[in-house]
Amino acid sequence: MDHHFVIRVVGKLLIPLVLLFALYVQFHGDYGPGGGFQAGVIFAAGFILYGLIYGLDTLRRVFPPWLVRLLVAFGVLIYAGTGIASMILGSKYLDYSVLGPTAAKGQHYGILIVEFGVGMTVASAMVLIFYSFAGRGRQTGEDFGEIDSEDRRDRPDG
Amino acid sequence: MVDLILGLYNYWIVIALMMAGLYIVISRQNLIKKLIGLNIFQTSVFVLYISIGKVFGGTAPILDGTDRIYSNPLPHVLILTAIVVGVATAALGLALVVRIKEEYGTIEEDDINQMDDES
Amino acid sequence: MAEHFPVLIVLLPLIAAPLCVALRHGGGTWLLATLATWGSFAISIALLAQVLEDGTIKYQLGNWVAPWGIEYVVDELNAYILLVVTAIASVIMPFAARSVPAEMGQRGVYLFYTMYLLCLSGLLGMTVTGDAFNVFVFLEISSLSSYALISLGRNRKALHAAYQYLVLGTIGATFFLIGVGLLYLMTGTLNMADLAARIDKVEDSRIIYTAFGFIVLGIGLKLAVFPLHAWLPNAYTYAPSVVSIFLAGTATKVSLYLLLRFIYSVFGHSFTFDKVVAGPLILVLAVAAIVICSLVAVWQRNIKRILAFSSVAQIGYMLLGVSLGTVMGLQATLLHIFNHAMMKAGLFLACGCILYRVGSMKLVDLQGVGRRMPWTMMAFTLCGLSLIGVPLTAGFISKWYLVTATLERGWWAAAVLIVLASLLALVYVGKVVQAAFFKEPETGVVNLAEVREAPLSLLIPTWILVFANLYFGIETDISADIAGQAAKQLIGASR
Repeated sequence: MDHHFVIRVVGKLLIPLVLLFALYVQFHGDYGPGGGFQAGVIFAAGFILYGLIYGLDTLRRVFPPWLVRLLVAFGVLIYAGTGIASMILGSKYLDYSVLGPTAAKGQHYGILIVEFGVGMTVASAMVLIFYSFAGRGRQTGEDFGEIDSEDRRDRPDG
Repeated sequence: MVDLILGLYNYWIVIALMMAGLYIVISRQNLIKKLIGLNIFQTSVFVLYISIGKVFGGTAPILDGTDRIYSNPLPHVLILTAIVVGVATAALGLALVVRIKEEYGTIEEDDINQMDDES
Repeated sequence: MAEHFPVLIVLLPLIAAPLCVALRHGGGTWLLATLATWGSFAISIALLAQVLEDGTIKYQLGNWVAPWGIEYVVDELNAYILLVVTAIASVIMPFAARSVPAEMGQRGVYLFYTMYLLCLSGLLGMTVTGDAFNVFVFLEISSLSSYALISLGRNRKALHAAYQYLVLGTIGATFFLIGVGLLYLMTGTLNMADLAARIDKVEDSRIIYTAFGFIVLGIGLKLAVFPLHAWLPNAYTYAPSVVSIFLAGTATKVSLYLLLRFIYSVFGHSFTFDKVVAGPLILVLAVAAIVICSLVAVWQRNIKRILAFSSVAQIGYMLLGVSLGTVMGLQATLLHIFNHAMMKAGLFLACGCILYRVGSMKLVDLQGVGRRMPWTMMAFTLCGLSLIGVPLTAGFISKWYLVTATLERGWWAAAVLIVLASLLALVYVGKVVQAAFFKEPETGVVNLAEVREAPLSLLIPTWILVFANLYFGIETDISADIAGQAAKQLIGASR
């Protein structure tokens, strides 16, 4: 990729802005259009762009696959955990009103936390999908494709 | 007649997309093309939902204190979920095609069927 | 605590799934999955008891009031289906401990349990929710994970089967989505109870008819109603043993539940049977499924394929009960959902035992296996008898109710057909039993001389289901009573 000078320079300039914009969409989502889904995809787009320009291995050093997988799991757990917290605080599942001093504050905190979880899962799931496809056919794919294709050959019918 | 064609133009778009998508799924042998057809088919439903949420003269539903007419945001939110589902389906489908290519060496359905029948 | 049960039953597997990804340890994820499944089972028992005592339970997610927020509703029918699904899932967990690493390799185990838990929570969510769009979301959660589960099979044909299922399943789910969209277009609501009330006012609109068509067709694809069953035989045949058992025992049952819920609760009995006149159509498809798929099953040479085609035929029996449109017919259908889940899961469990030891499901390779694995094949035979409908087994009870229900409507031909089709079941089950016990092993690919009886951890779940088949064949009060109550409640509410 060394000869793609323009792409590298433009990428270097753009990627921080993309990530910043993702954070804006994420945390401004409770006042304006935005939210976890959109922000997560934009965030992942930044990383995937980085991977396309500098290569998969560089991206793997920046955002290691084990971390990606953990974040996928923890995003969902944050969402579910918020719901359980409101259950423990004595209301229905996912009723954020009890999370803050007033109902409006509680709703605000609740949606902020939940959307954070959503954003985390969406961003890391997108990167994980990118890893799985881009890493296919290489010998480095120890982290995904855990079920070897070698396993299934030469066996009798299932 | 003009009303039927122009007045309901969003539904005509939906129908055209839906039929095009279904036709691709049914008629193509290439597994990737089938998936593309499937995605077009799903997209037609997204258009259906989004267009039924439109209120004439309505704007984006952002509260700013002034009285205005807002479009119904609920179908949009519903379809956001459906879009995510569509992305997941496409990713899973493509992953399956990659594996099929690795195992069979082809992504043409007739060839795969032939190999399935032989073994 | 007890008030949260309707959401907890979905939440347990849903939370356990990401924990599995974080944990990544084979045995640990099994423990987690087992605890979550058994927890859901315990909750479903508690829910059923609660419903039978106090009537319908409602739970508002996020405390948003019903037509606006998502509401979980548990009535007799729901609770009954929840019990069937979680019971089957619980029984197969000990089996999975041994079978999954053997079939998928140690490294893939945690991914398997993640997918399995997501699938389970999707199925439970579809059952428990009272919101039409929420049904679609859970439907896709369970479908996407089941495509992935099927593709884990050892044979490469599993990949192709999973792909075909993905295409057809997505078309089905999208049809369902179109139907729900059209309903929303006409009524402006997604809550099922609210939909039912508002559809009455616009019921003569063509759009409602179209929505009915799309929804029934969409669910029909997932349910594998006769001409739409193309995905099912391959998917069941090439999926890993545990997945075959799980899907055969639960997935189609939940789809059938959805069909009933939409036909009776949302559109209403009179709309379905008097205005659309869906009864004869369902009847024709049911009869075609019973006759054609039973016949096809007779000619198959792979045991799992025989059972898969037999599943499509059994779905025909369930639909036959629906097409009657009476309380008796519905009771027979519900009873058959329960009994068929037991017998088919038992049969597939026995197949799993055979696959674990022999590694093949072809009839030719399995000649004489009955002498090597007597307990496994005894279990297969007993569940097979239940499938045929021999007296003193669970299968007899549901067929008895079904025949009585058809006679009540005066459909003599249908009653005769049920009995004749049972003979076909006798042929295909008999074919397997004959090969296993009475034929000499052929000197082929598989050396049967070294095959031993399956380990206890595989045999015990199998025999639990065998005893369940026998128990519910003699003691019919519990199952028939609950099915009857659910049927009455469903039809009573929709008139």
